[in-house]
Amino acid sequence: MSTLRQRMSALLAVLNAEADRLDRPVNLMEVCGTHTVAACRSGIHALMPNNVRLLSGPGCPVCVTAQRYIDALVRLGARADVTLATYGDMVRVAGEGGSLELARSNGADVRVVTSTIEAVDIAQREPQRQVVFAAVGFETTAPASAACVLEAQRRGLTNFAILPCHKLVIPAMRTLLDDPQTRIDGFLCPGHVSVVIGSAVYDEIVARYNRPCVVGGFEALQMMESVLALVRQLVAMQGGARARNENLYPQVVRAQGNPHARALIDRVFAPGDSAWRALGVMEDSGLDLREEFADFDAFRRFGIVLGDDREPPGCRCGEVITGRCEPNDCKLFGTVCTPIYPVGPCMVSSEGACQAWFKYRRARMKISAPRREEVTA
Amino acid sequence: MSTVAARIHAHKRQIVLAHGGGGQMTDELVRDLMLPRLTNDALARLGDAAVLDVGGVQLAFTTDSSVVHPLEFPGGDIGRLAISGAVNDLAVCGAEARWISLGLILEEGLSTEVLRRVVDSIAATAAEAGVEVATGDTKVVARGQADGLYVNTSGIGVVRPGLRLGFEFVQPGDVVLLSGTIADHGMAVMLQREDQSALRSQLESDVAPINRLIRLLIEAAPDVRFMRDPTRGGLAGVLADLAERTGFRVEVDEELIPMRKATLYACEMLGIDPLDVANEGKVLAVVPPEQAEAAVEAMRSHERGREAAAIGRIGEERDGVCVLTTDVGGQRVIQKPYGEQLPRIC
Repeated sequence: MSTLRQRMSALLAVLNAEADRLDRPVNLMEVCGTHTVAACRSGIHALMPNNVRLLSGPGCPVCVTAQRYIDALVRLGARADVTLATYGDMVRVAGEGGSLELARSNGADVRVVTSTIEAVDIAQREPQRQVVFAAVGFETTAPASAACVLEAQRRGLTNFAILPCHKLVIPAMRTLLDDPQTRIDGFLCPGHVSVVIGSAVYDEIVARYNRPCVVGGFEALQMMESVLALVRQLVAMQGGARARNENLYPQVVRAQGNPHARALIDRVFAPGDSAWRALGVMEDSGLDLREEFADFDAFRRFGIVLGDDREPPGCRCGEVITGRCEPNDCKLFGTVCTPIYPVGPCMVSSEGACQAWFKYRRARMKISAPRREEVTA
Repeated sequence: MSTVAARIHAHKRQIVLAHGGGGQMTDELVRDLMLPRLTNDALARLGDAAVLDVGGVQLAFTTDSSVVHPLEFPGGDIGRLAISGAVNDLAVCGAEARWISLGLILEEGLSTEVLRRVVDSIAATAAEAGVEVATGDTKVVARGQADGLYVNTSGIGVVRPGLRLGFEFVQPGDVVLLSGTIADHGMAVMLQREDQSALRSQLESDVAPINRLIRLLIEAAPDVRFMRDPTRGGLAGVLADLAERTGFRVEVDEELIPMRKATLYACEMLGIDPLDVANEGKVLAVVPPEQAEAAVEAMRSHERGREAAAIGRIGEERDGVCVLTTDVGGQRVIQKPYGEQLPRIC
């Protein structure tokens, strides 16, 4: 047996023993889409104790992007003078007016970039085009968006703008916990976001809601260690202990995060209200361009007003990203809604819970978990 | 029409890039648009090559278009790709490739120096595979109407007598073999296009004709049941197909799948599942258990098969699903990718 498998097996023996001490089934939420995919890809759901459930959270940037934003992008793409630069994941998400993929097939100039500076380079190379970068994502991608605005300013480009739609993770966690319908016993906090914002920010969640928060890595073993830490805390809380904020990823995540990246965000953006899919408009949950950079704001340059969201009928993405249901609870999952013809964003994005479930766990398919004796032996 | 139906309909009205990805969307296009209009017995099998009976001799016939961008990449170029594609498609059908046709579509402005290098590479690869370019055609289109150079090849080969290859011959207990590391071609081409110079230098495409390796494999395992080269759609595409078309569960162990470290890092960095990534010089084979060891040894004796390995087996369960035991001992399903995020990889 390999060392990885041996280590997982040893870890599971401890986790199973600890989970036996829980007096009720518990729900743990992995906030980050990368965690969702890692869990599905490594197949650790089949290894989890029966009374511990992992739920997906609102940490997939594409999934939380409100439909009205997609519609604004598609409308913008229809302008003959506009080139849209976007991360690849956004291309297939459909709004009411179709997706960027369809828009491209109809002649819109949509270019997939892997870095924001590429978008700036396009603007410099093609001065006759109005280049708009779709600035989505959490605190992880916001520094890169800030950097491209500063770079465009430094190069004196007047044909570059961003359509900002960044999201902040803490307001989303707060909203989830304020909702009496969501039952979350602990958070597996987002690793990449925490690199930027630091682990100390979860102190507030722990103190105000008495829910354990654990920052952990993305390897299957690291995830299972985070689950163990959360279960240990929940067992201790049965005896009256308070929830704690734990950082199991200290080699990468510092308490104060990355000051340079935070300063970059702060220099270019200011917190502002933002519309989330399923969670609605939340106060100070997004990032607006500061007045000083208004010239780079595509909303202003093109006079874009966001409309309303009309979710596709039957789609339960909103409930999936808030942990209120699992992907295969949705009637569309795997029947009408598949990665080929995705209905909701969770099936489009490679970080979306529905796509990860469909791809790695498949609709209602039973993979027999290794028998408990084997695992604990 | 409901909004959902309207959205799906909109996607079916026109071609999108994912239709060319060799995944579920390509399948759907072939099934819904091509087959109803063109069907006949040879085509209906949808093999890598059609097997035709010509006066008692079995001929295999295949065609392949290469639109890779860039034209030259670490480890190969569009010419080597075009020849290897046709030769390998014939080889996995149990045929010895003999003649290749070459169709070139050139864009106005293409440098003749580049064209010369590509044609030299075509000649060298054909010699390596032991095939002749027996006929050809050249067209030129105006600047902007193609991207440099596209190549179409067709190939004819003679099927070895006595082989019984096909999904219908696969049985529980059979062993799944792979001739070497995965994802090298797709990642080498992708990184050539990305600004990832540090990693790029360590990656090389595996593009090669592997008809000689396959000959060794067949000699060592004459009862080989099934072969396929995992090109577009990657290893995942072939494994998912194998499970679905045989109806058996296919059990694969992640630890046994050969992979280069640099390729794995590149995949992780770009968030790509290496199982989905194209290969251009590999074969997946299903052989009866008593011939598995000899088959692996035979592949390892060839320079293109040094890392050949048994990666799994055909299970007893009849659910038509491929299940992967992951490196940490978890389990998950392997599905055919729906289409490609990054087009023009081959």
